Amino acid sequence: MTGTITLRGIRKTYGPVTALETLDLEIRAGEVLGLIGQNGSGKSTLLRILSGLALPDRGEVLLDGRPIVLDSAATARRHGIGMVHQEQSLIPNLSVAENIFLDKAHPAKRHGLCRWSSLNKAARAQLNKLGVDLPTTVPVETLRFSERQQVEFAKVLAIEELVDRPPVILLDEPTSLLTPDEIRALFFQINRLRGRASIVFVSHRLEEVLEISDRVVVLTDGRKVAERASASVDREELYEMMVGRQRAPAATRLRPETRHAPPLLQLEALTSLPHFRNVTFQLGRGEILGIVGVLGSGAEELCRGLFGVLRIDAGRVRFGGEPLKLAAPRAAVQQGIGYLPANRRAEGMLPGRSLTENAVVTFGHQYDWKRCVRNKAREDAAALQWMRRLKVKMDKPSAPIASLSGGNQQKIVLAKWLLAHDLRLLLLDHPSRGLDPGARDELFAVVREQVEQGLSVIFVADTISELIELSDRIIVMRDGEVTAEFDPRSGALPKEEQIVAAMV
Amino acid sequence: MTPSRTRSPASRAAQRWSPLLAGLRGRPFWAQFGGSVAALIVLSAGFQLISGSFLTLGNLRSVVEAAAVPAIIAAGISFVVIMGAIDLSVEGVMATASMVAALLVANGVNTNHLGVLGILLALAVSLAFGLANGILNALMRMPSLIVTLGMWFIGLGTAAVLFPQRVPQIRDDLLLGVARHGLLGFSLVVYVALVFVASAQAVLSHTTFGRMVYAIGGDEALLASSGLRTRGIKIAAFCVSSLFAGVGGLLLSAQLGSGNANIGNGHLFPAISASVLGGTLLTGGRGGAVQSALGALILEVLNNGLIQIGAGPYTRNIISGAVILTAFAASGVHRRQLLRVVK
Repeated sequence: MTGTITLRGIRKTYGPVTALETLDLEIRAGEVLGLIGQNGSGKSTLLRILSGLALPDRGEVLLDGRPIVLDSAATARRHGIGMVHQEQSLIPNLSVAENIFLDKAHPAKRHGLCRWSSLNKAARAQLNKLGVDLPTTVPVETLRFSERQQVEFAKVLAIEELVDRPPVILLDEPTSLLTPDEIRALFFQINRLRGRASIVFVSHRLEEVLEISDRVVVLTDGRKVAERASASVDREELYEMMVGRQRAPAATRLRPETRHAPPLLQLEALTSLPHFRNVTFQLGRGEILGIVGVLGSGAEELCRGLFGVLRIDAGRVRFGGEPLKLAAPRAAVQQGIGYLPANRRAEGMLPGRSLTENAVVTFGHQYDWKRCVRNKAREDAAALQWMRRLKVKMDKPSAPIASLSGGNQQKIVLAKWLLAHDLRLLLLDHPSRGLDPGARDELFAVVREQVEQGLSVIFVADTISELIELSDRIIVMRDGEVTAEFDPRSGALPKEEQIVAAMV
Repeated sequence: MTPSRTRSPASRAAQRWSPLLAGLRGRPFWAQFGGSVAALIVLSAGFQLISGSFLTLGNLRSVVEAAAVPAIIAAGISFVVIMGAIDLSVEGVMATASMVAALLVANGVNTNHLGVLGILLALAVSLAFGLANGILNALMRMPSLIVTLGMWFIGLGTAAVLFPQRVPQIRDDLLLGVARHGLLGFSLVVYVALVFVASAQAVLSHTTFGRMVYAIGGDEALLASSGLRTRGIKIAAFCVSSLFAGVGGLLLSAQLGSGNANIGNGHLFPAISASVLGGTLLTGGRGGAVQSALGALILEVLNNGLIQIGAGPYTRNIISGAVILTAFAASGVHRRQLLRVVK
């Protein structure tokens, strides 16, 4: 039993959309397989099929040459396939130990009763395999994201005790919410497991995929367009294969005239304990201020504070020359401040509603009679106009937003704010999270276009490269305080090392 | 934001000295029972100070006797509430169970004399209510609120239809004996309650079924995508709730000595309140049978104490309602803050 999984002629459609088009793929025992592709290229569908959450319309899945039917997550588990979900699949109120064994037979049952001590001991053994020291009895909701991911990892790795061959572990964008240190730790785990398990690593960060994988497979429009040994390709090549065009060199943001623009936003010693302290800066009209910092540095919280979600303890804010009271999101919206939240699903959109409804939910009343009686035709027209300008790929405006890919969802959330007649400041909180490089470039282009027309932007970046790419000016935060400020317009671009040095 | 994981020395000591209680779902003692125990102490002391006659052996005994049946019902309804669902049907189930039992065991209106079998049949009818609740909720995917609202009235109606020309006096020695006989100063009803509450807690703490009940309250959608079956668990939880309500109905009938279609009146509010006071918070995923039973005890202390200090029934209603809202508001603050929804 070697444990090679072969997909042969897999096809999957959702209604009129073809997610996978006759895909052949081999996952060899003990390898780390990198899987990349744009949003909507079929990666997620492939993972769903492998983890038993979706059945292919055609084609077969073979395990060591024998066909298997993966009709539920439980079946996949029995065949040794487990997934570390991007959005995590832990039950928040159950303990670490309970979560690890949630989908498995209880390790220590006597007379039909579970014994907590043996459950905790068994969980400890699973965590030890990863070299992780976490308490087994605390509810997972009290853990940090990276700690929860380790629990999730342990939960999936425990599958190896159910089968007599190396397990297959699917990692769905595991790094997108981790700090650089945590990514190091995760890669260390993966390297430890190399040879002992097959790992499918999905990420939008091409450098990471190249670093960790033995082999890379590129999907486009549900087809495999390339399959290479990682050693034989570089990042630019991957980008090209994935997006189908060469990467335009990042347009320089150097625009000297904005340097003397009147300030729109002035922060003076803004403090919200325990998140950030004494944050002072200015933001000009038509300027993009990039903020970067590891999780817990206060960058994300600063955004939320400016939108009125977090309580502000001290400090002053002037907005357009007037003192700004940061009381509630409602007040911020009335002042023309928009916020693109990091957690798009929970805070950015109404998952069950249509594209149009999502777009007009905040500012649709501008198009209504006396801002009160709805004029649906005008609302819809305004929404549609923005969807076209942002090039949203969609079936029809009345389709549910959940049916779109992440990048297109993000565009709808953006459209919601751009619909405002008097939007002056847009807070972008990790806007590229979950977006593929192509979708991200499109989003950034839209932001730049708006900035040209006078919109000011505060941009909390996911990676340093995107930070440098989009920002006029850069602020680095650490432990709630501003530790460095860079102005690329006044000279050379700051080096990544300089920024990292201020971050940690 | 990194919540502290350290525990106070007090809770560690509690864990060492009360392995049984600390073993409830492996959580520290004070985190689970601290609030309830404190509330019991404060209320008792307060009523004693005002009335001077609260902390007497006789009064405490009557508090415990009165709390026994509500504790059973609260322990049962916990299964449903921990899942994040609700069971409004308990009063209807109690009424039907009471009437069925009264008509099947030796009684004053017909010649039936089924004894234990009659009691079991009454419990089977209760179970059927739970089964119907569970099937409609889990298989037909109807909200538990409306399903159990309907079953509540079906239960009340069934009991009223079954009601014969005159009150069915119960003459079955076994059933009546539970209420009449005692041990160490308490009636057997109290011991039945202890057994049911303890069994409920054992099931919640130490079985896969119990763990799944908490998991459903935690995040049901995740379970489905993990390939775990939830429907059977949900149906079973509704069955437990109805079965416990049926037992409560029978015990009350035994105390009353007759079948009564109104026997459940006024038991829904205390049951749900008790589970809230015990920490289930209705959002699901938290709490336990013992906590809910303690909640029932708190409510009874409150009720009894208010009578002692001369509060009328309507005043008592106002105060009970306010206490529930206050307790919910206080204990839920932390939970509600975690919901960081902006949109």
